Amino acid sequence: MYFLKRLLLVPPLLLLISFLAFVLVHLAPGGPFDRDRGPASPEIERAIRAKYHLDEPVLKQYARYLGLVWEKDPHGHWRHAPASFDISLKYRNHSVTAIIAQALPVSATLGFLAFGFALGVGLPVGYFTSVRRGRWEDYAGSLFALLVICVPALVVAPLLLMIFAIHWRLFPVALWGSPWHAVLPTTALGLYFSGRVARLLQEGMLAVMPSEFITAARAKGLGENAVLLKHAFRLAVLPVVSYSGPMLADLLTGSFIIESIFQIPGLGMQLINSSLNSDYTVTVALALLYALLLILLNLLVDFAYVLLDRRVAYQ
Amino acid sequence: MLRRRRLSSKGDTAARTVREDEGERKECRYRPMRLLAGCLFAAAGCILFAGCLHHEPPADLVIINFTEPESLDPAIVTGIAEMRLTKALFEGLLRLDGTNARPSPGLAERWEISPQGTIYTFYLRSNLAWSTGEPLTTADVVYSWRRALDPATASDYAAQLFCLKNAEAFYNGKIKDPAAVGIRALDSRRLEVELEHPLAFFPDVCCMPVTAVVPRQIIDREGDRWLSARPLPVSGPYELEAWRLNDKVRLHKNPRYWDASHTQSDVVDMLPIGSPNVALNLYETGLADIVWDKDLIPVELQEVLAKRPDFHAYDYLGTYFYRFNVTRKPLDDARVRRAFALATDRERIIRKLTHGGEKAAFHFVPDGTANYQSPEGLPFDPARARQLLAEAGFPGGRGFPRLQFAFYSAASGGAKLQGDLAIELQQMWRDGLGIETELRQIERKIFMGVQSRLEFDVCASSWIADYDDANTFLDLFTSNSGNNRTGWKNAHYDQLLQAANSQTDVHQRAQLFREAESLLVTEEAPIVPVYFYTGFNYFDPAKIEGIWQNLLDEHPVQSIRRIKARQTH
Amino acid sequence: MMERTTTEPGVIPPSLSPNQRAWRRFAENRRAVVSAWLLAGLVLVVVVWPVALRLAGLAGHRGAEFARNHQPDTLSEEQLQPPGLKHWFGTDMHGRDLYSRVLYGAQISLLVGVVGAGVSLIIGVLWGAIAGYAGGRLDSLMMRFVDILYSLPSIIFVIVLITTLESMFKRWLATHGSPALAGSVRLLLLFTGLGAVSWLTMARIVRGQVLSLRGRAFVEASRALGAGPARILGRHIIPNTLGVVIVYLTLTVPAIILYESFLSYLGLGIQPPMASWGSLIAEGADQMNPIRIYWWLIVFPGGGLVTTLLALNFLGDGLRDAWDVRG
Repeated sequence: MYFLKRLLLVPPLLLLISFLAFVLVHLAPGGPFDRDRGPASPEIERAIRAKYHLDEPVLKQYARYLGLVWEKDPHGHWRHAPASFDISLKYRNHSVTAIIAQALPVSATLGFLAFGFALGVGLPVGYFTSVRRGRWEDYAGSLFALLVICVPALVVAPLLLMIFAIHWRLFPVALWGSPWHAVLPTTALGLYFSGRVARLLQEGMLAVMPSEFITAARAKGLGENAVLLKHAFRLAVLPVVSYSGPMLADLLTGSFIIESIFQIPGLGMQLINSSLNSDYTVTVALALLYALLLILLNLLVDFAYVLLDRRVAYQ
Repeated sequence: MLRRRRLSSKGDTAARTVREDEGERKECRYRPMRLLAGCLFAAAGCILFAGCLHHEPPADLVIINFTEPESLDPAIVTGIAEMRLTKALFEGLLRLDGTNARPSPGLAERWEISPQGTIYTFYLRSNLAWSTGEPLTTADVVYSWRRALDPATASDYAAQLFCLKNAEAFYNGKIKDPAAVGIRALDSRRLEVELEHPLAFFPDVCCMPVTAVVPRQIIDREGDRWLSARPLPVSGPYELEAWRLNDKVRLHKNPRYWDASHTQSDVVDMLPIGSPNVALNLYETGLADIVWDKDLIPVELQEVLAKRPDFHAYDYLGTYFYRFNVTRKPLDDARVRRAFALATDRERIIRKLTHGGEKAAFHFVPDGTANYQSPEGLPFDPARARQLLAEAGFPGGRGFPRLQFAFYSAASGGAKLQGDLAIELQQMWRDGLGIETELRQIERKIFMGVQSRLEFDVCASSWIADYDDANTFLDLFTSNSGNNRTGWKNAHYDQLLQAANSQTDVHQRAQLFREAESLLVTEEAPIVPVYFYTGFNYFDPAKIEGIWQNLLDEHPVQSIRRIKARQTH
Repeated sequence: MMERTTTEPGVIPPSLSPNQRAWRRFAENRRAVVSAWLLAGLVLVVVVWPVALRLAGLAGHRGAEFARNHQPDTLSEEQLQPPGLKHWFGTDMHGRDLYSRVLYGAQISLLVGVVGAGVSLIIGVLWGAIAGYAGGRLDSLMMRFVDILYSLPSIIFVIVLITTLESMFKRWLATHGSPALAGSVRLLLLFTGLGAVSWLTMARIVRGQVLSLRGRAFVEASRALGAGPARILGRHIIPNTLGVVIVYLTLTVPAIILYESFLSYLGLGIQPPMASWGSLIAEGADQMNPIRIYWWLIVFPGGGLVTTLLALNFLGDGLRDAWDVRG
């Protein structure tokens, strides 16, 4: 089946990405152990590098990374070296999986909330602007959609923060933990996409509404709302569904800015910090995770597309 | 990004067939897929729910602690922010008192010093226990100290323990047997420590995190991952409840701590916020109770903030200075270095740049250091500076090579000041000496490396006291110190310091230190002190009690509490 | 495509060439025309302002003072002043005139956008042309690669690329070249990196065009005359895709500017003392505190960014609609 084929492509792809990312990240000098205060003496530095096997050739480190290295321990027995992908080089007491496990729910929540916001605001706006053409709902809605897609998240977020959190003190200014904390970040992240969704739906509805089967449904005597909702909307929402894939990708990357400005402890912040700190393992792991997430989400979106458009089949 | 996606029709990626008919018949074929898709959406919904429902009770006290701790292992931490945390988790034989930062009994209830001053006998309290219940004995202390000195642990502060007999040799691998190091357990409550020579500030050393007692039972089992064990056995006033990267460190009261009855707050959150403005925002909106770190003050607002009653400035033992690389010409000539020192107008810097009430530094050891009064140092005298420079062969600055002044800077906070300082110093040397210098901004991460490798001409530096004694400053510039980083070696200086540290009489000691410091700042001048730091922290004294300002910026977490309960948002 | 059959004013006589018809259509798209003028105005101001400052510096005492106040690099004591007569956009943290900084940032942002788009142009055109012309398995392989890259988070690879290659380059340049160049390494890397992740759409478009051009008579004729594929591509096919390419170039520039603002905001893009809109907004956002609200630090650079992105997008849309190009 088509989807099976696409799923099969995923592991080799991930392997390739991990190798490339690993090699790239390793090219950076200024390793993770340059200290702030007081020099590590050369012996200590050597000891640390040996402990984390940073003095081995890159390919061997990569093999070790995947858990494919066997070596003799001090007693002379062959032992499997534990896969080193799990050790963060900067935060030596956290494993990479623990870091991801802690940050992923936060980012996932933020992402889904923003996704929900984008759909929850964008779909009604798009629907009503197309249905009530020429009236004030149309003008207001279209203007709103146009405005919000002009302003990227990196301008919206500080503005929202300035007005609602600092000046009026309605919402918490940073951090994460309660639903109140989620309001401003979700809005900042989802606003742009709600505008895109609204415009897509509007165009879709306007394209579908004159078509023959709608006229046929009306002729059959179905109520206007039923016609529009059941038939027109189903088809008009298809461009929105197919945009969902890239939208989720952009949500993911847009969340870096939001997490940075609202100090939300999510994956975006981790990625930026780890790349600034040359924390090889965390960077590669996060890059992989993002790639995997996007591939899976795109598959999910294609499922949804199939659900909605009965005219479509995959070969 | 605005238009890119629209142009890519998804039709490129799949071979799609658009059928003309309504497709009602296709419905039954896709039912299993509908089911699968439905399940996936439901799973997504569950994640959403789970994320939303995560809600933990608020802490009794929220403190903003500057950086995310790289580790909580007391033997290896070097940053002040991390040390505050390790001191809350792991205690040593002695601890610093929160009111005056003097050593006071910790796990040891008393100690005796032998007449020669080289043997200390510590008596541990009875019924000491780890937070997980196991008894805490002298064997644990011996284990912890040996571990700190073990080269495999790679502890940066192990040098503080070199006062112990054979410690340095063990650390450098010359002696393999840890039992040779001068610490042994006489019985389960008595501990004997043997020093190489008497040390006046040894009790202060016993308060340092590197001497804290760590749980052998977990380290033997888990190795490097021991800090991930939950529950983590601790010897200090607080247990580690949660340590979430870039989120918070949550501590809760350790009921088995010997002084648990005096622990004021039950649950404490320490937040790793690096940006001064965010810290201020959180504090103003009531989401944080205390902000403590000198780098967390928004410099632009300092004048406004300093007038508020909840902003507290205090002196503490730290000096900002600049170093010369004396291995490079013409900086190997002491006259040139003294000329630079005489041309540095500290008052102007303090007036113009730093707004926290810092004090000009003409000598290296900060005022207020225990049992010590510093000598005068070189004043601001541009005329004499020019004269010295001419004597050294560069009248009016002619023929003087173009030097680089290295520093690191950040976008905001305390480190941002360094960039401004560099510009001022450059101007002073230009106006006063006629010398042109270039500014070289280096990334913080590699700055230390550049210094150690002596790859600079002049560079900005700072040092903060590890303990309240002149030695912590003067010790930096002994010939073999790893923190020297100037290339300056002076046997007489080394001798003076060694004599001072073997000296038990306080006044004699101070006298020897004064001679050494004179040599350092007045005669040889491998460094030029600029100003002494002023610390800032903010909290509302009407709501928080238990913080006393002292020279070492030492505020034990267990003494702090909120007076009123905080409203949840 | 479809001829207008109405008799409104503005009807385009069929006697004009396709290009001329397209220009007429473009001229009637008010938004696109306004955007074009706006962009032209922006580029003019950005170019003229430094010259004006230098001229003012020579024009006597008042002029010199004006010039000095408005240099983007002059630190002064007047930190964080609100907009006023002396500083039209106010001043920033170091007392630098924000108006000049915004224009300076415009310079850098536009430069990165244009050069990055140029890089993506080169890669995309070559890729698409080769894929389209070769056809068959090579085409399918190359396009499959594009599909795969489409679904990956490109910005992450730019981050990794910048952080890793930069240190390498700096070291190499410091030892072999001039240290001054080492400062511009980041800028160079941004150009290449951002361009290297933005060529995908261009490749697809060009491939589509090349596919349709491939079967045309003049190509057959060329081949019959013995021209090799490189010559055919270079001489005949690619020049004919230029119209399409320019349209999409205009749409790639705002995408790259947005990417760069994004990276600069996170601290991974332009380094101080250089400024771009993204880094200016980041500086403004960093200054937010409850005591004093410095709204001008965000509003002006943000406004500049938003207006430019809008204008570029409208322009690109207008061009695309006028030439009626589809993907």
